[in-house]
Amino acid sequence: MKQYTDLEYLKLSKGQKLLYRITSFFCSIPKKIGGLFVALWNLIKTAGQVIGKEAADIWSTFVNGDWKTKLSYLVMGFGNLARGQILRGLLFLLFEAVFIAYMVLAGGYWLSMLPSLGKVGPTEEYNIIFDTYVTTYNDNSFKILLYGVLTIFFIIAFIYTWRVNVKQNQMAEKILASGKKLKSGKDDLRSLVDDQFHKTLLSLPLTGILIFTVLPIVFMVLVAFTNYDGTHDGYYNNLFTWVGLDNFNTMLNWQSAGGGQSYAATFGEVLSWTLMWAFFATFTNYFLGMFVAMAINKKGIKLKKVWRTVLVLTIAIPQFISLLYVSKMFAKNGIINGFLMSMGWIQQALPFWEDPTWARVTVILINIWIGIPYLMLITTGILMNIPQDLYESARIDGANAWQQYTKITLPYMLFVTGPYLLTSFTGNMNNFNVIYLLTGGAPTNPAASSAAGTVGYTDLLITWLFKITTGAESQYYLASVVGILVFVVVALISLVVYNVLPSIKNEEDFQ
Amino acid sequence: MSNMQNTSAPVRRHMGLRASRALGNTAIYALLIAISIIWLVPFVCIVLQSFRVESTWQVGYVVPQQWGLDNYINLFQTDFPRWYLNTFISALVTAVLQTVIVLCMSYTLSRFRFKLRKPLMRFMLILGMFPGMLTMIILYRVLKDLGMTQENSVPGLILVYIASSGMGYYVSKGFFDTIPKSLDEAARVDGATRFQVLKKIILPLSKPIVIYTILTAFMGPWGDFVFARYIAFGTSKGMNVAVGLYNWLNKDQISKFYTMFCAGGVLVAVPVTILFMCLQKYYVEGVTGGAVKG
Repeated sequence: MKQYTDLEYLKLSKGQKLLYRITSFFCSIPKKIGGLFVALWNLIKTAGQVIGKEAADIWSTFVNGDWKTKLSYLVMGFGNLARGQILRGLLFLLFEAVFIAYMVLAGGYWLSMLPSLGKVGPTEEYNIIFDTYVTTYNDNSFKILLYGVLTIFFIIAFIYTWRVNVKQNQMAEKILASGKKLKSGKDDLRSLVDDQFHKTLLSLPLTGILIFTVLPIVFMVLVAFTNYDGTHDGYYNNLFTWVGLDNFNTMLNWQSAGGGQSYAATFGEVLSWTLMWAFFATFTNYFLGMFVAMAINKKGIKLKKVWRTVLVLTIAIPQFISLLYVSKMFAKNGIINGFLMSMGWIQQALPFWEDPTWARVTVILINIWIGIPYLMLITTGILMNIPQDLYESARIDGANAWQQYTKITLPYMLFVTGPYLLTSFTGNMNNFNVIYLLTGGAPTNPAASSAAGTVGYTDLLITWLFKITTGAESQYYLASVVGILVFVVVALISLVVYNVLPSIKNEEDFQ
Repeated sequence: MSNMQNTSAPVRRHMGLRASRALGNTAIYALLIAISIIWLVPFVCIVLQSFRVESTWQVGYVVPQQWGLDNYINLFQTDFPRWYLNTFISALVTAVLQTVIVLCMSYTLSRFRFKLRKPLMRFMLILGMFPGMLTMIILYRVLKDLGMTQENSVPGLILVYIASSGMGYYVSKGFFDTIPKSLDEAARVDGATRFQVLKKIILPLSKPIVIYTILTAFMGPWGDFVFARYIAFGTSKGMNVAVGLYNWLNKDQISKFYTMFCAGGVLVAVPVTILFMCLQKYYVEGVTGGAVKG
């Protein structure tokens, strides 16, 4: 494609500019993939260099250090203790003791079992006294995988701490050589609310994220490479084990295994509806919300506060109440159908939740009902920030309301809310509440359902994932594959949009 | 002649403008009234139906033929009070702890410049792209081993709600970014520690964002459905209101419990709506600020 210079680019119209950016993004994909490999190679190279440098540093510290430093290589914190930094020394020592004790008592076992995920499943033995079969539970694959990952985390933490310990000795020697005094335990404690205050503040939130988000995600990504499901729960019935890429093969295979639709076809259908849903849910809300906000903000409209309060009221009411209730309102024998029939406008109940197309449209419409209040609030704030003199000069030049909207309001809004639109799009892709509470995925898609549990026409990937895990077979490994694919899709979309959006690239020149 | 035209033309145009504006405003009023009706109808219906006595199932009309408090009284013969208590406790505890965690996180990321700040933020952005539901599978089993599911689900739920709340730092970080840094620096020059800066200078200025965070942290568990269903399924005693009321709308239950669902819904919605309306100002500030700063 043709490359424009900066000057030529500026002369293009808005649409051409966007088109140019999009095409140039896609044209640059091969280059980018090449760049990715180069970056990866560079990363490996720098990592190698860093490790080399660290190793050399550790070695030279050892060779040049005094005996206190040398002993610290084996007994962490010894140097600190010997030089009078009791608090630090004790903490290092304690950490080492805990680590060794853990590795000897438990960690070693978990780590050694990790490659096999357990050898002996539950066994049944005949018990003469009670005249029944008694089950003995042996290895626990679930725990092995979980604690195995945890042990690896712990080892990494230990290596890092050990390195810090070595560095501290090196620095302490340097400080003492220059004739200054070392920090005392009291100084250390004080720095926790001063220079190092960020560490204090972050410790709690980051621990939570590490244990309750990072660890589970690593675990679940690994589950995609096992056969963990309801019949292989790893403890009570059968052990589960590594199966390599089998699950990805199943999910992305176009040939169905036992009649019916293949997983890949089902996945494709659900994905395309998910994207369709996210697109409509995001943009209908966005434009209608903006429209309502502009209507309320218009000069000469009275009772602004009342209109706004009515809409905001609906945010306060928990979604599960409003969504479940509205879902029943649209049911076959619900109020809407009852009202329309009693007015004589329809003879038969409208199939809001029974017909695939009706259901999809209804879901999108009800989502507008849910979403407009938020968008109204968000856009009101931004609309007020648009400099009023822009409109005045436009009016003097004879621009009508529509022109003012397309030339001033919309570009400004799109520029400011670009990142919001992106997060809103990906958020809608994972909008569990609206779909699950309104339809539960219904109406059922008979063709797709034979592949994995019941799949409906309004099921998003996220509700499908939920159904897979709670269904009769509980195919956790498939859920995990779906989860990983959701991540890939979201990441891809974010990447593309970030590369095309102007407001992210040129964040600074707008402010 | 030409003189007359010159004077009359602007006048006519002016009148046309005014007329069209009046017409436009009428259309907008009509639209706003229609919107208000559409937005309020479901809630009016739910309140009306909660007072209906003659039938407990769905009917084709809205206004009850027989009014009464039967549905509300019947609620107390079910596990509903227990669900209500579960929800209330978990929402209250979550509101406090989550606020502390979110504020720690966002304040640090807004105010401190340390080596790992940017990588940390990027890392959390990527983490956020994984569907959170995926982690429920393992969290459920771990909590089960710890005895924090089914009947004892409340501590388990609180743990799940607050543990990862540090990831939702965006809105309050945006707020802290707007407080001028020169305030901190002035205090630091005067010898205040970082902790004193936070306590004496930043917190007093942060009332809106603190209230916003408490409000959203309270409303999350109050209406949470997914996690509660995952952790407390099967045992009625451990459910929260969302899961309990959801089950009442199952095919085999709905004919008996539909109007009680409405009554329960009203009882759940009223306190949180009053709270929300009182603190509306802060909520609006948070939402509008958060969206722009991303």
